[in-house]
Amino acid sequence: MQLVLEKRAERSAIIAITSPLIAVALTLVTFAILFAIMGKDPIQALYVYFIEPLTDSFTLQEIAVKATPLVMIAVGLALCYIANIWNIGAEGQFIIGAVCGSWLAVRTNGTDVGPWVLPVMLLLGAIGGALYGLIPAICRVYFGASEILTSLMLVYVANLGLDYMVRGPWRDPQGLNFPTTAAFDPAASLGTLFEGTGRLHAGSIVALVVVMLIAVLLGRTLMGFQIRLVGAAPRAARFSGFNADRLVLFSFAVSGALAGLAGIIEVAGPIGHLDPGVPSGYGFTAIIVAFLGRLNPIGILIAGLFLALTFIGGEGAQISLKVPLDLTKVFQGILLFYVLACDSMIVYRIRLLRTQKVVPVHA
Amino acid sequence: MKKWNVVAIGAVLALATATFGASYAADKLKVGFIYVGPIGDLGWSYQHDLGRKAMEKALAGKVETTYLENVPEGADAERSIEQLVRAGNKLIFTTSFGFMDATLKVANKYPNVFFEHATGFKRAKNMSTYAARFYEGRYIQGQIAGKMTKSNIIGYIVSFPIPEVISNINATMLGAQSVNPKVKFKIIWVNSWFDPGKEADAAKTLIDQGADILTQHTDSPAATQVAEQRGVHSFGESSDMIKFGPHAQLTADTDYWGGYYTKRAEDVLDGKWKSEDTWGGLDSGMVVMAPYTNMPDDVKKMAMDTEAAIKSGSLHPFKCPITDQDGKTVECKGGSHLDPGQILSMNWYVKGIDDKIPGK
Amino acid sequence: MLETLSNILHLIFSESFILTVVTASTPLLLASSGELVVERSGVLNLGVEGMMIVGAACGFAGTYWSGSTLVGALCGMLAGAMLSAIFGILTLGLAVNQVATGLALTIFGVGLSGLIGAQFVGERIVPAAHLYLPALTSIPGIGRIVFGEDPFVYVSIALIIGIWLFLYRTRAGLVLRAVGDNHASAHALGYPVLRLRMLAVLFGGACAGLAGAYLPLAYTPFFIPGMTSGRGWIALALVVFASWRPGRLVIGAYLFGAVSILGLALQPLQLGIPQQVMNMLPYLATVVVLVLISRARGTAGSAAPASLGMVFVPDR
Repeated sequence: MQLVLEKRAERSAIIAITSPLIAVALTLVTFAILFAIMGKDPIQALYVYFIEPLTDSFTLQEIAVKATPLVMIAVGLALCYIANIWNIGAEGQFIIGAVCGSWLAVRTNGTDVGPWVLPVMLLLGAIGGALYGLIPAICRVYFGASEILTSLMLVYVANLGLDYMVRGPWRDPQGLNFPTTAAFDPAASLGTLFEGTGRLHAGSIVALVVVMLIAVLLGRTLMGFQIRLVGAAPRAARFSGFNADRLVLFSFAVSGALAGLAGIIEVAGPIGHLDPGVPSGYGFTAIIVAFLGRLNPIGILIAGLFLALTFIGGEGAQISLKVPLDLTKVFQGILLFYVLACDSMIVYRIRLLRTQKVVPVHA
Repeated sequence: MKKWNVVAIGAVLALATATFGASYAADKLKVGFIYVGPIGDLGWSYQHDLGRKAMEKALAGKVETTYLENVPEGADAERSIEQLVRAGNKLIFTTSFGFMDATLKVANKYPNVFFEHATGFKRAKNMSTYAARFYEGRYIQGQIAGKMTKSNIIGYIVSFPIPEVISNINATMLGAQSVNPKVKFKIIWVNSWFDPGKEADAAKTLIDQGADILTQHTDSPAATQVAEQRGVHSFGESSDMIKFGPHAQLTADTDYWGGYYTKRAEDVLDGKWKSEDTWGGLDSGMVVMAPYTNMPDDVKKMAMDTEAAIKSGSLHPFKCPITDQDGKTVECKGGSHLDPGQILSMNWYVKGIDDKIPGK
Repeated sequence: MLETLSNILHLIFSESFILTVVTASTPLLLASSGELVVERSGVLNLGVEGMMIVGAACGFAGTYWSGSTLVGALCGMLAGAMLSAIFGILTLGLAVNQVATGLALTIFGVGLSGLIGAQFVGERIVPAAHLYLPALTSIPGIGRIVFGEDPFVYVSIALIIGIWLFLYRTRAGLVLRAVGDNHASAHALGYPVLRLRMLAVLFGGACAGLAGAYLPLAYTPFFIPGMTSGRGWIALALVVFASWRPGRLVIGAYLFGAVSILGLALQPLQLGIPQQVMNMLPYLATVVVLVLISRARGTAGSAAPASLGMVFVPDR
């Protein structure tokens, strides 16, 4: 007797709908067990993690603030991953976008230029991210180098580049030599929408718009169709004569632009200046969000909000339950495992079979 | 009848205890801490957490503490600080320079909560700053190194070229030069406060290039451990690292925050808290030298004499005249020594240091 | 100028510099050796960093409680293998996407190691002993490099030689490579594709766990969360850099180790290069080499095993 994986004749529609819910349920159960083992009350723990952040305007806004960069980067990544183009360097593109946009803020700091500064900063951020994302794309298209590794290596390069700028040419002259730019002028900052109650800013609206645009791109444009085709049936795509190279360049450029945009929005919004602490791993967390959202823009929106919820809840748990932050990472890993496993059940089923004798052909 | 009396008295007593007990519990001051690294870094954040524990012990029953570790110095910091406020903490310590703007933002939002920011320079009516004069300990270390070195090369492992690090390098050099004018430094920037692997590599490299005494401005005990393995000497940093270098460590420039934390919590409890800028050194006990070991008695005596002199104020590590790297005499704004402003913004090397400040 | 050049050369060829490079390169070699076998079988496991760091935590725990480096090393290997088993069950058993699973494994592993290792922070163990052969180790110049290393270094060399022999000189190795190049054909020939891949994955996990254990057992004898500092990702790059060939892997691992040490060692020589640029060197070097190697292959196509990363579900 053995367990065998067998492809279903048709994708199971029921499981397609319920899979994320089953995955979340499984994760919650696993977590309750983990908490019980650790000696904490599981019900209270689940409350602190998932319900408490929803009960208060401040934390609700924080969820949106945290989810904004995650969602923006993740939809861009989804574009790449659907076509089996593995952009792992979103973190680097995020940083370069932040740097390019901040250039204008630093250049015009202290002067009274005008409200055009902010939109131009956002544009520069997107362009910077796009250009940086094109580097691994070019390496793949023209040299055949693996984009997974080139994009990853460039993350470290971007980080060090940011460090250099902020410690050297862009250092705040009034800052006593500390590695930070001057605080951005109001004209160069994204203000909060509900002053006093929370930190929600216009970037979240941008993120929503981005989700819509990418959904339209994927669903209704030729390029989107090509991307989906390359992912679903690569051989058919090749025979259809689509230019695979252009696809790679396009995907990297768009996801780089979105990551860069997320970067400059974070800096112009919640952070308010550029310093070496700006990169917080959003580029990597966004990869999880992309998969949790099953590479679907609306799914990513929900996944991003859910993951942001676990971050905020995790911080709350640190305070009220004295639970270490590492537990949040374990949780996110387990959640992704379950989501991937449940998703597999849409396409495959598990069968128990009598063992068959397979006679190997001796060459 | 009697039974009911007993029950009634019992009930009243129970009620009273509950009420007073509850209000007593409510009187406990809630104090929050934000750490930039793990409390397991055996360095900076570890020492702050020791300070927190010391305060808890000293004010047992009157305070209740919470901490958040590994808080990144970006957008997340503001939320973490705010969450501590919302959890009821009335006194909050943010223990890294990078939390400065976040702390100020939250402080402006909650005028009835008191904030203490370490190593920063922005204050508010409800926000203080505090730091320790580590350079005093560095001067002593410099003297010890100057006496103990045979190769005249001291290896210095550093993180980032912020003024605090530069002033510490300078103080070490001035101390060394005061007993041995031929001393030279070899400096390696590892670009991180905490990266044991890189610190170990830097330590090995420095020893390879001739250094026989290591010192650092990074947070892990890696360099001390390498020194122990290679048979050279070292200075611990932030915490006493003797456990990792029983034969290597000469002393360590340890931070002791417990006293300051206890005092500030008491100030809040007594209603006397005011926004201040505290810069404590050897004299106030914020900087404590680990026991002097692995050195001959005459060096130990010299170190202890210097320590006493600094404590009493008769010796200032940055006493004038000081010549900078380019040979110019530095302006002396504090009378007979540099003033705090100059030290806090130091971005130049003293004469005798062959390195160039990165990013300058 | 000439003096600076002479200083640099003097530095690179000094015994102590080479010793430092060897220790820096060993964890890279151990981890990438295992991943090479995994990828040769057609599986892409991006979770190396997670497996390494769990290996570090468990390795430290093992040595801390038993007092023996060997026990610690075995614990590290076991931990890495168990983590890779999760990966194997998902990707081979349930045909789940390998990239996503690998990334999830990394995050899970980092968090798990933090939880396990938290109790050990501040503790110290005796670092692994170095080999000492009285006559040989004292040979000036190369004695300590060849005859004075810790056991992990010798294991790493033996491992890569063993892998080379396995892949190119044994039947089983040939089958493994066949599975990596064309799993459909291998299956048609009757070879147990999934079982072989699972064994490879477990082997890779054990190697990554051993590499991670090296850090607290020999490199810096204490445990600190996150002490792998991204080495797992470098190991992944090395496999590609080496075009999936063992010989080139050794060269790559030592080259990378050397460049990262050089980035630090050149600083005191005051060459006027900003230290961030120096620290960038290993990563830029990897990108450049990746591009050059891929370009050199030109029309020959990618050197990767053709089935790398592709899902395989045997049809019946």
